[in-house]
Amino acid sequence: MTTSPVIASTRTTAAIRSENLCRHYRMGETLIRAVDGVSLEVRAGEFVALLGSSGSGKSSVLNLIAGLDHPTSGSVIVQDRDLAKLSREELAKYRLHVVGMVFQSFNLIASMTVAENVELPLRFAEVNRSRRESLACEALARVGLRARMNHRPSELSGGEQQRAALARALIMRPQLLLADEPTGNLDSHTGTEIMDLVGEFNQQLGMTVVMVTHERALAERYAQRMLFLADGKLVGDEPNFAVQSGSARGQP
Amino acid sequence: MKLPDLTELALRNLRESMLRNSLTTVGISVGVASLVAMLSLGIGLQQLVSRRLVKSGLFDTVVVTSRRDLRFTERDQERPAQTPGESPVLDESVRQEIERLPNVLEAYPDIRFVTELRFDDKPHLTMISGLPSSAKSNDAFEGLQGSFFSSDTAAEAILQKSFAEELLGKTTAPGEAEPNVADLAKPLLGKKLIMRYAQRAAPSTSVPLRPSDASSENSAVATAYSVISSEQKLKIVGIADLDPETLRGPTRAKVFLPLKLAESLHVMQPSDLREISRAASNQPLYSALSVRVKNPAQVQMVEDAIKKMGFTTFSILDATRNLRQVFVVLDMFLGIFGSLALAVASIGIVNTLVMAILERRREIGIMKAIGASDIEVKKLFFAEAGAMGVLGGIVGVILGWAIGQVINLGTNAYLKRQSLPPEHFWAVPWWLVLSAISFAFIVSLVSGLYPAGRAARLDPVQALRYE
Repeated sequence: MTTSPVIASTRTTAAIRSENLCRHYRMGETLIRAVDGVSLEVRAGEFVALLGSSGSGKSSVLNLIAGLDHPTSGSVIVQDRDLAKLSREELAKYRLHVVGMVFQSFNLIASMTVAENVELPLRFAEVNRSRRESLACEALARVGLRARMNHRPSELSGGEQQRAALARALIMRPQLLLADEPTGNLDSHTGTEIMDLVGEFNQQLGMTVVMVTHERALAERYAQRMLFLADGKLVGDEPNFAVQSGSARGQP
Repeated sequence: MKLPDLTELALRNLRESMLRNSLTTVGISVGVASLVAMLSLGIGLQQLVSRRLVKSGLFDTVVVTSRRDLRFTERDQERPAQTPGESPVLDESVRQEIERLPNVLEAYPDIRFVTELRFDDKPHLTMISGLPSSAKSNDAFEGLQGSFFSSDTAAEAILQKSFAEELLGKTTAPGEAEPNVADLAKPLLGKKLIMRYAQRAAPSTSVPLRPSDASSENSAVATAYSVISSEQKLKIVGIADLDPETLRGPTRAKVFLPLKLAESLHVMQPSDLREISRAASNQPLYSALSVRVKNPAQVQMVEDAIKKMGFTTFSILDATRNLRQVFVVLDMFLGIFGSLALAVASIGIVNTLVMAILERRREIGIMKAIGASDIEVKKLFFAEAGAMGVLGGIVGVILGWAIGQVINLGTNAYLKRQSLPPEHFWAVPWWLVLSAISFAFIVSLVSGLYPAGRAARLDPVQALRYE
């Protein structure tokens, strides 16, 4: 897979922009302000970490950027699309073609093999079988799982499952990779391997990466910028000069 | 998603919960089987009755008479321009002309006369008629004891059961069991009958008409004929169990001769007397013709053509129309009862798919997160419902067919014990097979509407949180 020239040329333009983004839930009499007036901007090709404690609203922000959820108010604009104004059908297309997602719990379908899981988005995109197979092989080779392609997820270790999930996120060559605690269920060594892969996608493929994590050390090692959330509000925005200068990866 | 991918995913999902989905499919199969069994019984019975009626010769036969025969005076609205006296006569040329009409299989004269038959020197007065060789396939001869005529000119006779009883001096009191035709046949088959009859002898001299009549439309020469008493020996070759001439009412015959033989005997016919005042050629005149049509559906067409020729026709086509209506209603009721089981099965499909949504909530969330649209999710559940419907439909048709075969076998075994011929009253035509599978498919899709809609509406964030 090669770097998309379009992405490479737009590295300095805004890939994601939110303005006064709110997501409120009502639980009985109580109004939960999961996201409360978040305005942020992520440039194309940037690696941003969303940090905060549990319940700070970081996953809710990620879901809004992923088009999985609708904002109560405000806007979230991804590559000039205002997600709040898209229909359910248009949001599905956006998730299929623009976004790749990885989750803490891997979210592979247990009844399918690794290869079938990886090529599932291609089925939704109506890509023919032979092309699907070759793209799935390519993506699995990239994450070092070619040999396990016919195994079921239950036969794989946690690290291998997350690699498979990364391969699935890559298969449609999205411009945006959204990772929700990708190392949360992994040991530190495996977590590093996964994060190296995510960093590689960001560096080599020019993908914009937004990663939710509560581990500051992980964010400092890979993210170019760290956004801090607390009680649904954006409370901090710190650039990570070590990563930007390319010196952070060598740290243990 | 493309249809092959959709089908593949649907079948894979069905395999994942093999037991539950199999039980649901069995439910559909039972529903389809009951539907197929009910309808195939209705269709089979209809075919059986139609077959019987067609074989009886009642529904594909048109009786043609001359309008000179005043017994068949038509209703006012059908009254033709000619008076009966001007109407054409039924002779050999007309018979041949009718036989050439489209869709006509054969037209044969109705030779029918009352005469005396002697058996063991005792006289028996009865109605005799000529039968064409095609009558061999008539339903009434199915239980025939002995055989049909060896040829169309053989000096042989087939007796109707009641006449056989008369010859043997056996009478059945009302309420008493009828004697077995086989028992009646034993002492009669191969025996001789002597038929005494009035023969219309060939003309010996031609008498010129008076000069004043010479210009009349009738021919210039009147033909005379003499009537002489004749005898014909007949061999009894068969005893018919059923009455092949139910339609004839009081004129039905009890003894049958081969048609060509009956024609060659030149027995005096009632029409001969009626036509005596009219000059005639040597060609015989027929009192009536029986016209057999290829298919009961073409009877009306043939009747119209013959009416145009100036003759009176009679058929009982209307009776078949009513019969069809009866069977349509019967099939409808059987179909409704059969569908009840399928309706119950459809609730099973809804239940199975709703359970599947609960179990696969997270999977639906994952699919939506990686780009599946609501329609894709809906289509997947529809495909699963449809696959269960088609599989259930196929198994159901096989099951329904098997049930039919078993009932058919059982009934025929019972009929055999009652010394009755076997019957095939179970029919599963191709259109029923395809309709039943299609119906099961449609019912399954309708059943899948609610679960598929519910799956499509699932909130992906909520679904992904589900453990």
